[in-house]
Amino acid sequence: MSVALAEQGAFAPSAQDKTLLRFITCGSVDDGKSTLIGRLLHDSKSLFEDQLATLRADSLRSIASDQEIDFSLLLDGLAAEREQKITIDVAYRFFATARRSFIVADTPGHEQYTRNMVTGASTASLAIVLVDARKGVLTQTRRHAYLASLLGIRHLVLAVNKMDAVEWRQARFAEIVQAFRAFAEDLNLQDITAIPLSALLGANVTSPAVQMPWYAGPSLLTHLEEVPIESQSLRQEPFRMSVQWVNRPNADFRGFSGTIAAGTVRPGEWVRVLPSGRQTHVARIVTYDGDLAEAIAGQAVTLTFADEIDCSRGDMVAAANAAPEIADKFQATLVWMVEAPLRPGRSYWLKIGRKTVVCTVTLLKHRVDVNNLAEQQTTLLQLNEIGVCHISLDQAIPFDPYVENRETGGFILIDRVSHATAAAGLLHFALRRSQNLHWQAVDVDRTVRAAAKEQRPALVWFTGLSGAGKSTIANLVEKRLHALGRHTYLLDGDNVRHGLNRDLGFTDADRVENIRRVAEVGRLMVDAGLIVLASLISPFRADRAAARALLNEGEFFEVFVDTNLSIAEQRDPKGLYRKARSGALRNFTGIDSPYEVPESPELRVDTSLTSAEDAAEQVIAALRAAGIIW
Amino acid sequence: MNKRTSVNTLESESIDIIREVAATSDNPVMLYSIGKDSAVMLHLAMKAFYPGKPRFPILHVDTTWKFREMITFRDQTAQRLGLNLIVHTNQDGLARGIGPFTHGSAIHTDVMKTEALKQALDKWQFDVALGGARRDEEKSRAKERVFSFRSAAHRWDPKQQRPEIWKLYNTHKNPGETVRVFPLSNWTELDIWQYIYQENIPIVPLYFAASRPVVERNGMLIMVDDDRMPIQPGEKIEQRMIRFRTLGCYPLTGAIESTATTLPDIIAEMMTATTSERQGRLVDHDQAASMEKKKQEGYF
Repeated sequence: MSVALAEQGAFAPSAQDKTLLRFITCGSVDDGKSTLIGRLLHDSKSLFEDQLATLRADSLRSIASDQEIDFSLLLDGLAAEREQKITIDVAYRFFATARRSFIVADTPGHEQYTRNMVTGASTASLAIVLVDARKGVLTQTRRHAYLASLLGIRHLVLAVNKMDAVEWRQARFAEIVQAFRAFAEDLNLQDITAIPLSALLGANVTSPAVQMPWYAGPSLLTHLEEVPIESQSLRQEPFRMSVQWVNRPNADFRGFSGTIAAGTVRPGEWVRVLPSGRQTHVARIVTYDGDLAEAIAGQAVTLTFADEIDCSRGDMVAAANAAPEIADKFQATLVWMVEAPLRPGRSYWLKIGRKTVVCTVTLLKHRVDVNNLAEQQTTLLQLNEIGVCHISLDQAIPFDPYVENRETGGFILIDRVSHATAAAGLLHFALRRSQNLHWQAVDVDRTVRAAAKEQRPALVWFTGLSGAGKSTIANLVEKRLHALGRHTYLLDGDNVRHGLNRDLGFTDADRVENIRRVAEVGRLMVDAGLIVLASLISPFRADRAAARALLNEGEFFEVFVDTNLSIAEQRDPKGLYRKARSGALRNFTGIDSPYEVPESPELRVDTSLTSAEDAAEQVIAALRAAGIIW
Repeated sequence: MNKRTSVNTLESESIDIIREVAATSDNPVMLYSIGKDSAVMLHLAMKAFYPGKPRFPILHVDTTWKFREMITFRDQTAQRLGLNLIVHTNQDGLARGIGPFTHGSAIHTDVMKTEALKQALDKWQFDVALGGARRDEEKSRAKERVFSFRSAAHRWDPKQQRPEIWKLYNTHKNPGETVRVFPLSNWTELDIWQYIYQENIPIVPLYFAASRPVVERNGMLIMVDDDRMPIQPGEKIEQRMIRFRTLGCYPLTGAIESTATTLPDIIAEMMTATTSERQGRLVDHDQAASMEKKKQEGYF
């Protein structure tokens, strides 16, 4: 800190009313980004003598530098970065003037570092996009502007650097600005401020450039000091706070701690706790410095409620008259951040606010080419790629679209095995408003129940001789379905005879009733949204046809487990064939009662030729082909 | 309270981080080094859980070479705030007689600080340790995450850091991993002093100028805090008006000549300072990129 700054009153200990501005700088080393930041730090007197001395010494060692001080060395903090003269990671730098404090996220500019730029941009209110005046608007300039706008940065500075190298020509500057504005029209940017400068010579960085009398606008630093800060508008939004910590120091106090994501809150105001939908009003805003009459976005507070209502970590407290939507299926943009690519169908943890839920990417709509915004078809998303997809959560969450609120619309995906942060995500809109019984009555029918399980219910009917392998295969199929996250139930012919059908014997009439009951139970379970596996000998075509008739078209899936009678008799797992042959067991299918072979089953597997495992695989493949699973 | 100043913004963000640690860890601890940054961090923890108390103990790794006034202040602070203070010293290092005068700063720091810290974390099975480091202190710190994961051997791998997007901290640990969390990451030295002034936070008196016995050695003013300090031929103990910008082990911490006896004095002095606070620390100058190397090995 310097005498000059002290004189400006940069630090008046009692009357500190400086605000904080976070910004990001985008551009590559070639554009002079590090030089620009170094210049900002240097000219705002934020570098100390010993830091400059180290820098001068390092600059002498640096082969690439023809300047007295190589500011890029100041910024590249890791040994590997200094050795290779590249920026790998986001670095945060700090400086202050009399009017504002600044946090600079310095991020590498190449496409393979999209992840880092997104990280830096996520907390920034402003982006400086650097352009080399000699080269003009390049592909990477477009990429930087797009990523900044995607992450919700509304203020952009187009810093046209190296003006000294184009003889400070106004025409060149105007040409670049025009080219940039033409491209930026499609982006959601509130304002674009173009500044011609030379970071190397310090022109228009912290003080006006005498070399460009044609430029009447502010220097870069003046603009940074004066631009209105985004977060102020968050105060106008409806109140939102994600509960971070339930504060219960003793039996008399129960407070809900968190940082206000948007809006303001005052004691007495009605709030709704989501997703439960319960309402109460705020009793107190408790802080260490005393109770508050009002708290605003950005403040970390503890609320108490007038009523003892259920509220825990991850719940959202919102203005009752302007509560957010609740949903469990969304369209979202993902920025992929790990080496292992995203494959639709795999599940991740999703953290939004203070809540963590399970999330599956159900559909990858397209990948965005960050250089020209083109939509490309793809089946997977690689490191540093951006894609638009559909996601489905295991529970409904309150949310706002990311464009309206970063805190209630931004999320991360966490790999459930490696625990790596796999993606940054931006919620756009709900694909289907979730049924929330607190607000509206929804007719809960089979479609809704099935949708809640995210599957197509069906009755898979395994028929065949005793000993053909029906139960074995049905068991294997159920395990496979379970592993795929499907909701299933297995009705086994032998087992139901111990309970539901305990009163039935093996006369023709009882056999018909046995099958009718199993088919009815199967139908109820399909109605409940399950994939039901029924394993019964069910020898008569008429009975199977009756079962099929109970279900909708496409919901009955008949699997004929075929095998030679001799092989089944040889297996005889329950010793029944032996009993039947000896006459101890009457009406036994295949011996003294017929088995009517299915005429057109959905699938036939022959267990005299294939193993039970292979047969189960055939069933899974056929269910997939039939669209029952995917 | 309708204007969110820079320091108020930082305060809320730090409280949020401390609460997130409490909500997501099994057995957290707060590292307490007795200095100004620790004082601020502790104050923020008191705020975070008010009207309750922090749910974690505070841990001081005592090298046995701290200024005596620091130890007095430490014990008073724990008592005043009603906190559970754990003090750990590397008993093996103590038995081997490791000290800065006999072994030099590098070995002393490694054995009595880094090793001792690892011992303490292992002994009490802490899974998350809050520390008061700031990104503006040193350039390898500038790229450190707020939630910084360490392997079971306490190693830091700067290339394997998780991106921190928005304020959504991924707190999921892998088996054996521990986490160092830095709630003051985005504070600057100036912010710290301004906040201490605004909040009237008690700090060790050594930060204020007073007449103290010092020896000039290698261009640094070293305070003679006890009789363990060997006086070299040609050196003489003088009484000078001095204070400290940063506090650590007394033989490794350089004083500055100053007349600043109040916080506004200190702040005014800081405004005109031309050197960074870490210049007064021998420990950082041992080798180029030394902090990064130490951090990889488990130094805070």
